[in-house]
Amino acid sequence: MKKSSEPVPQGTGSDGATGEETVIAFSGFSFQYFAQAHPTLHDINLSVRKGEKILIAGPSGSGKSTLGHCLNGLIPFSYRGEVSGSLRIGGRETRELDIFQLSKVVGTVLQDPDGQFVGLTVNEDIAFALENDNVSLGPMRDRVARAAALVGMEDFSISSPYELSGGQKQRTSLAGVLIDDVDILLFDEPLANLDPATGKAAIEIIDDIHHRTGKTVIIIEHRLEDVLHRRVDRIIVMNDGRIVADQCPDDLLSSPVLGEFGIREPLYVTALKYAGVSVTPDMRPSHPEGLVLNGASGELRRWHQSVKPSGAPPPAEPLLELQDLRFSYNGVDPVVDQISFRVDRGELMAIVGRNGAGKSTLSRLICGFEKEDAGRILYAGADIRDLTIKERAEKIGVVMQNPNQMISKPLIFDEIALGLKLRGVGETEIEDRVERVMKVCGLAPFRKWPLSALSFGQKKRVTIASILVLNPEVLILDEPTAGQDLRHYTDIMEFIETINRTGVAIILITHDMHLMLEYATRAVVIAGGKKIADAPPSAVLTDASVIELANLKETSLYRLSQRAGIEDGTGFVQNFINHERGLRIR
Amino acid sequence: MKAKLFSYNYVDTPIHRLSGLTKLAGFLFLTFAVMFSYDLRVVLGVMVFSLWVLKLSKIRFSQIRLMVIYVAVFIVTNAVITFFFSPEEGVKIYGTRHVMVHLFGPYTLTWEQLFYQTTKLFKYASVIPLGITFLLTTNPSEFASALNGVGVPYKAAYAVALTLRYFPDIQREYRNISLSQQARGLDISRKAKFSHRVKNALLIIIPLVFSTLDRVELISNAMDLRGFGKHRTRTWYSRRKFASADFAALAVSALIFVLTILVSVFINRGRFYNPFI
Repeated sequence: MKKSSEPVPQGTGSDGATGEETVIAFSGFSFQYFAQAHPTLHDINLSVRKGEKILIAGPSGSGKSTLGHCLNGLIPFSYRGEVSGSLRIGGRETRELDIFQLSKVVGTVLQDPDGQFVGLTVNEDIAFALENDNVSLGPMRDRVARAAALVGMEDFSISSPYELSGGQKQRTSLAGVLIDDVDILLFDEPLANLDPATGKAAIEIIDDIHHRTGKTVIIIEHRLEDVLHRRVDRIIVMNDGRIVADQCPDDLLSSPVLGEFGIREPLYVTALKYAGVSVTPDMRPSHPEGLVLNGASGELRRWHQSVKPSGAPPPAEPLLELQDLRFSYNGVDPVVDQISFRVDRGELMAIVGRNGAGKSTLSRLICGFEKEDAGRILYAGADIRDLTIKERAEKIGVVMQNPNQMISKPLIFDEIALGLKLRGVGETEIEDRVERVMKVCGLAPFRKWPLSALSFGQKKRVTIASILVLNPEVLILDEPTAGQDLRHYTDIMEFIETINRTGVAIILITHDMHLMLEYATRAVVIAGGKKIADAPPSAVLTDASVIELANLKETSLYRLSQRAGIEDGTGFVQNFINHERGLRIR
Repeated sequence: MKAKLFSYNYVDTPIHRLSGLTKLAGFLFLTFAVMFSYDLRVVLGVMVFSLWVLKLSKIRFSQIRLMVIYVAVFIVTNAVITFFFSPEEGVKIYGTRHVMVHLFGPYTLTWEQLFYQTTKLFKYASVIPLGITFLLTTNPSEFASALNGVGVPYKAAYAVALTLRYFPDIQREYRNISLSQQARGLDISRKAKFSHRVKNALLIIIPLVFSTLDRVELISNAMDLRGFGKHRTRTWYSRRKFASADFAALAVSALIFVLTILVSVFINRGRFYNPFI
């Protein structure tokens, strides 16, 4: 495949000089939502050839999802706005097509595999597009069976969405668009809700379908390193509604573009840069396996020796202790099976594991949302069995993943004050405590704002503030950064670290490996309801058996250390973390 | 997961194997029969039949306990209110007056009223098992295809199916939100004052509505992208082919319906069976 080496191609709209068929051609394309004052997309010029595999990356609000909506017809069908310039798909101007005609050319797999599961069983969901086309039952069954086999879901024909894992749901969605024999497959943040191993498998299956069918593949995603697990032809970087880079992966990773626009580069590339290696395209940095190290190995080893180990941790004082906790929903299958661990005062730790491993159930038990079948939970040495949900909340706060699940008041102040009002705390004390928490949370300037005007990250702060106001000493956060780009992710996590430094112990429930690697000092790994590891993240993410059992993914840093001939891979990863923390704290 | 209010559950029984359309038609036939006839003998007959159907479908009592309680409360309230508003309805209908006992004021219990109200009570009670069986043995998609099969526009039918389909999700969401609000100090127990409880319920409903709206936007996009609403008709993957059992079931329920009409026309000469003459 020909690689474009220019940063931004100019007017490649309809040249067709290469002799390859252009399937998507934006030229001078702009779009503005009716509800917004400024255009979301400015003067987009982009052409995609048949059979190409393209990654569109960019921070939130960069316009990458809007671009996707223009391709699949949701714009202007569901989201109205003003279009100018031209977008041709398969040679036809899209403004002359409706969403139904477009859906026969562009098949879209949306990010939330739960929300897009329309049918009640796998096969019924795959059949949805055919039902809408009035295909009769006989041929429909045949085509469904073929599409299911294509994505390896043939053994789950009558499974309901509740019985499927995130990855299986996503395969089903993929089959649902493949059934129409579309020319272009569009994936809108396919990794957002998947655990690391499932995400890896998803990238593999996308690649596999790409190879087998030769369809054009477009992936919109900000998790660059995970997508690059399999080769892509080009990466388009968007920022502020414009295309700021259109390069092959090796070129892009050697350029400063990613850092400039707030997209996380692969960790092994960051490590190389820390070690003072200048990354060039001929090192082929797009995959840790294909990476040509040569002299860089020496530099990595020198750097590895030079990083000072972090000081000894402060003496630990146990705050929360789980002892042989057991729980099952139906009395037969344990969801939490003999789990014991402790959380120390003021520490920041993570509970990790695949979806359904029991980590959320664990937090529900700690908060008293469910009652354990056996075992004990101790808080500061005392059994909390007899405390109500409300009483526990004054010691242990829990923040749900989606802020919309918690927000119930129109004004920020009222939302944060709610917990105190409900407890009958006096007006002046409420005023004081809310004021203080708002200051800690950086919400003071928004005091009189309506919640509806806030961004996701700000809403998250409000929900955290509304829990913090009750003065808990432990805060449980369920996937605090899900779906956030690097800048917002960093914002949220730095905020959480600030909270942590005030002495509140933090438990992160997550399957985001970056999150645990960068911020947690300890990770408890849960698989099948059992605790399978309790160790620093650097050890967890380099331990093959734990990785396998918990559906995690080995960190690419480990791969890099092995390639550079560094024996103590775990130590290398730890050094990387220490180095990063050093940078952050400065 | 914990028990849900009503959720379809596949068990291999003759009732589950029937097509959704058959079950809907059968349900309608029997309901009309019972609603039409005020003959206690007919009503009891249908009731026995519908309990037999319920038993055939292997529905456990624990699945329907909550629903049965609601329905029982409704029926009893209905009976009491009926009596207090028109204590002489039975007398009017049957044309005779046999006093059982004088209660107080204008209220006298007559055999006619007792008979009338018993008949009415059993009319309700005989439809309930059928409704329960239908709801619990028909999966939402098949239900939609059945509705569409009897002439309901498919978009409306699909809306019904989606509501049933997402019911368990919304219930789970409700539970989660409720718990997290309780952690913030919300008291939804009976200890709180009624006005507080209403206000507090809002604290759960508002987040529920917003998170549900997110879900609705997503699902409607997903459906648009896969061509929902393109044509005036659609086919249904989950629609079952009519088997001989379907024809048999339809015939039986139609027969019961016709028999009920015949009993009214030729034996009772009206909708009421009158044992008092």
